[in-house]
Amino acid sequence: MSDNTQPIRDIVASVLQAAADKQTLTIRGGGTQQFHTGLVHESTALRLDRYTGIISYEPSELVITVRAGTPLRSVESMLASRGQQFAFEPPRFGPNATIGGMVATGLSGPRRSFSLALRDAVLGIKIINGKGEVLSFGGEVIKNVAGYDVSRLFCGSYGTLGVILEVSLRVMPRPPVELTVVRETRTADACQAIQSVRQQVPNLSGLAYDSGRLYCRLAGSEASVAKSVALLGGEVSEQAAGFWRQLKDQELPFFREPGPLWRVSVPPAAPQGNFGARFVYDWGGGLRWIKTDATAEQVRAGTGQLGGSAVLFRSEESRLLDVSASLSAPAIALHRRLKSAFDPMGVFNPGLLFPAGQHHAD
Amino acid sequence: MQKITRAELAAELAGGLPAGAVLAQPEQIAPFECDGLAVYRQTPLLVVLPESVDDVRHVLQVCSRHAVPVVTRGAGTGLSGGALPDKDGVLLVMTKFNRILDIDEDNRLARVQPGVRNLAISDAVRPYGLYYAPDPSSQIACSIGGNVAENAGGVHCLKYGLTVHNVREVTVVTIDGEVLTIGSAAYDSPGYDLLALMNGSEGMLGVIVEVLVSLQPIPETTRTLLAAFNNVEAASDAVAAIISEGVTPAGLEMMDNPAIRAAEDFVHAGYPVDAAALLICEMDGLSDDVEAEIRLTEGLLKRAGATDIRTARDDAERALFWAGRKSAFPAVGRMSPDYYCMDGTIPRKHLAAVLKTMETLSEESGLRIANVFHAGDGNLHPLILFDANVPGELEKAEQLGSKILQTCVELGGTVTGEHGVGMEKLTPMCVQFNAGELTQFHDLKAAFDEHGLLNPGKAVPSLHRCAEFGAMHVHDGQLPHPDLPRF
Repeated sequence: MSDNTQPIRDIVASVLQAAADKQTLTIRGGGTQQFHTGLVHESTALRLDRYTGIISYEPSELVITVRAGTPLRSVESMLASRGQQFAFEPPRFGPNATIGGMVATGLSGPRRSFSLALRDAVLGIKIINGKGEVLSFGGEVIKNVAGYDVSRLFCGSYGTLGVILEVSLRVMPRPPVELTVVRETRTADACQAIQSVRQQVPNLSGLAYDSGRLYCRLAGSEASVAKSVALLGGEVSEQAAGFWRQLKDQELPFFREPGPLWRVSVPPAAPQGNFGARFVYDWGGGLRWIKTDATAEQVRAGTGQLGGSAVLFRSEESRLLDVSASLSAPAIALHRRLKSAFDPMGVFNPGLLFPAGQHHAD
Repeated sequence: MQKITRAELAAELAGGLPAGAVLAQPEQIAPFECDGLAVYRQTPLLVVLPESVDDVRHVLQVCSRHAVPVVTRGAGTGLSGGALPDKDGVLLVMTKFNRILDIDEDNRLARVQPGVRNLAISDAVRPYGLYYAPDPSSQIACSIGGNVAENAGGVHCLKYGLTVHNVREVTVVTIDGEVLTIGSAAYDSPGYDLLALMNGSEGMLGVIVEVLVSLQPIPETTRTLLAAFNNVEAASDAVAAIISEGVTPAGLEMMDNPAIRAAEDFVHAGYPVDAAALLICEMDGLSDDVEAEIRLTEGLLKRAGATDIRTARDDAERALFWAGRKSAFPAVGRMSPDYYCMDGTIPRKHLAAVLKTMETLSEESGLRIANVFHAGDGNLHPLILFDANVPGELEKAEQLGSKILQTCVELGGTVTGEHGVGMEKLTPMCVQFNAGELTQFHDLKAAFDEHGLLNPGKAVPSLHRCAEFGAMHVHDGQLPHPDLPRF
């Protein structure tokens, strides 16, 4: 719990300076997610990796409050030492991944569809807005309806609304027993198999498909897990912990193969879709990582028909993450107005998520 | 712009709506003058009951054109005056949007109109072995649209979350009459998390016309424990011990002695009336998991000093354990002509300290307080007993209430856990947020509703109000807008 941290006033000074000089800032934590966000050109980096430390953690409160630059790995090992964890199982794309980056991108791992999403676990946030004001929203309590839910609005906002300084997150106990059953399953049967396990097994904490194998992770008491193992058949895998980590951190061979990577989010029971694609399924079918030769338009139209959306997550071309193709014109206009409400001068991460609009000064 | 008259507005609205949708007669309007917080009453200019999304669009377009305020109302059960009408505005009553549109068993989703009652969703999906988890105490009457607007909670939040955790998509009509679909049937959607923003937005950002909720499988087993303690500290310690051991109860409720006595007199639940505090602890899930948790919890309760521990033998006894807790408000209502219900939330570790503070405040003011809490999540519902017919008692109760909320904020909590700010908690909001934060809220609202026509004057206090109240929370001796006039 170090208090040997960069003072907030230095970070505020950088923001005010940039606003005064009409410069833009790229907010940067550990720099581990640039492969999917892209890099804002002609922008100064605002580094948060010296703003570190766990501010408070009491296991009986199920809440931890952390400074944004704190490495995710050190927070997760602190939680593990007390038998707790982040229920959303955040990905770590590199050893330097930070809490701030985790919240800014808002990504959740395999447990998400059986427990909480990252945004569900965020209880409070301290930010700097584009006017250099330090503001706090939410708090350290689970129930809180005072004011708009700005804390959750910042989850997955990719630093376009402001600088995340501190976050309070809900933590959860680790299950008494957790193990994984692996079943050989043909690619053509993947959706069907996932669907039937989802319906049959009540205590899943992960359900994924990769390269001919269905991975079913079970959590609960010894007795209830044993029952589900018997129900499922298949073999209990000793190496499965490694699989779940490689899945969330995108280290499976599938992710290393060449070609653009799409992140497709659909209702879990949706059929396979017709992209002629190679895929890995997570979240019991609700999250699908896809590599395909189909055009972007085909992928978007196809996932739209399945009731979901597709975002180009990784590609060889240099570009900024842009989700505007998935948004209606009024929705894009609303996104721009919201950005202006927090960042009227357009200082933070311009062009990330959606093309920058007209900035009007306050 | 010439201000439109009431008759002109009624005619223009009626022109695009089904017959009978516009109510203008005093006797038609009177039932809508308050919501569940009856101390605030106001007659609106007109009441409109739309039946379709196009009706809602028409109303908002007309009101937008003439700068007429619009207040949306669901079932009218809210406890913070969020649906209190505006005297110069239209009250948009969504009760005719009462259809369940689709049940998707495979994806465990239900698509419903906003006027559908909370409990009606669970009733409709029960044949599929599913239910809708958030259960505000008014669930028999409150509607899902209002639940979203207030981010309603309930006794099972600790395990199953609030409304925001159980809604996948909402369709809203903006003040300009634009229809926006926010979220989807998938677990997440690209762009800002507007879905989180709509939950708990108290009708300030848009009008909700459709909701897609996620459903849970009905638990295989539910077991309920009752534990009595002879001091509240021990009961608070027991709560911390249960959570620390890794148990997540489906519900974990606490009552203090005045609340225990009131409830026992009212429903005869068999509560030990001399106990200083009572815990109701419910576990649900797979039988094997629940049995393990019950055994663990019984041990923890004993070690924490419980004087009496009972496990409900059957569903009838379980219902009886809950009956006392669920009727606590009406039970307390019998003890006193009036009561004022608070909704502060604190970090659990301060439970015992807050109770002590309340005891002192109660003695100072001469007003009695009965306490029921959602102990698992630190949400307090102190009921301040008073008699509105005694001059000065209402003001005394309100003062006592604000002192309690101030204590909650000082301990790192919030002025409202689940009832919303509405009209009622505007002043306490000045204690919780500084001028910069309040300004940010106003700017956020303006991104949706530039001219402030949706539910004006609710949810977020004006800086003027806070300055007048004198509670403006000042950081580092500096207000973010030192140039603003203060009165």
